[in-house]
Amino acid sequence: MTGFTREQLGWTPWLEPPAADELTDEHREALVDRARAASPYFRLLARDPRILHARTVTDNDIFHNADGGLPRAERELAATATSRRNGCVFCASVHARFAAHHSRRPGDVQRLLDEGVHARQDDRWRAIIDASAALTATPGELTAGHLAALRAAGLDDLEISDVINAAAFFNWANRLMLSLGEPVKEEDR
Amino acid sequence: MTLDIPGTAGTTDVIDRLAGITPGSSLDRLRHRRPGAREHAQRSFDALFAPDTETEVTLVERNAIAAFVTGLHRAAPAAGFYAERLADLAPGLSAAVRAEVEAGAATGPYGVYPAGVAAPEESVEGPRHRVGDPGALGARLTAAFEHAHLLVFRPREASREALDALRRAGWSSTGIVTLSQLVAFLSFQVRVAAGLRLLGAAA
Repeated sequence: MTGFTREQLGWTPWLEPPAADELTDEHREALVDRARAASPYFRLLARDPRILHARTVTDNDIFHNADGGLPRAERELAATATSRRNGCVFCASVHARFAAHHSRRPGDVQRLLDEGVHARQDDRWRAIIDASAALTATPGELTAGHLAALRAAGLDDLEISDVINAAAFFNWANRLMLSLGEPVKEEDR
Repeated sequence: MTLDIPGTAGTTDVIDRLAGITPGSSLDRLRHRRPGAREHAQRSFDALFAPDTETEVTLVERNAIAAFVTGLHRAAPAAGFYAERLADLAPGLSAAVRAEVEAGAATGPYGVYPAGVAAPEESVEGPRHRVGDPGALGARLTAAFEHAHLLVFRPREASREALDALRRAGWSSTGIVTLSQLVAFLSFQVRVAAGLRLLGAAA
């Protein structure tokens, strides 16, 4: 088992996914992006195609909708902080790479992975990471104080709603990835 | 089924209802900026709670798991919403589910990491819930509740062995995928609703 990393990891399922050549049209439609037929994770989720399709379009809109709101880098930061807090090594690796790439701040992202959500950050990232971690707690610990800190860091309501959506979504994604398989180092595949 | 949250009569979007979002409000306009997420969060609810088939996971099982998961989150509107659905579908289960919510109370996320994943001080022990009255829930729901508690509070401890326990209780591979989606989706829905409700109150 690997630690938190920005390296490319593989993922191996604990349940049998349908083989790529066994996928029906309904499965393929549920994958949304046909290239995902190569992924054992998405093929496994295709066992319940309706919820996979709805999950995937929700994901895409939260992270890729470019009609204003939070920059992509910080949506990915919220996803990384959530994954780090829950302990999803695979999700954290993917979204730390995106956060580092889009922000051009690999050192700050790496510190989040190495030291966790309490690692030193500037005020704006501090506010985003704290809000994501508070929303990730069960029961929830998000307070008006977290929202005030986001506003003080310059976020408007649409940007704050993007933080909420991104952190909430990764509480979905983390539990799927963690419950159905495990990360593997690429060289072990 | 009825659920009266003031000011949300006639709203069919479940997150809107749970967050208290009314048509034309500032939160309504915010959600409108992410139309794909809004529509498909609702379609996710529909896929899980108005399924095409109950072959793998019954409607009663889905709603019992939802009442348990949202109860563990102590998220009042969501917990009430699913408890009411369960009471309509299977009133005989309500007391048993309430007892499990109480017995399963915890604060997460916690759990022990596999060796080498994180600093030792990040591995935090916490309750591993065992259902108190398996007879009241039956074997399938007993295993599902124990797994749901794992996924809600200590997802980092998920394991192949945890899936074996579900299989022994009669869960198929497809049923396990749906169960994971249920617990994971509800973890999302509760958080979006709570976050937006807070944002609306702070506006």
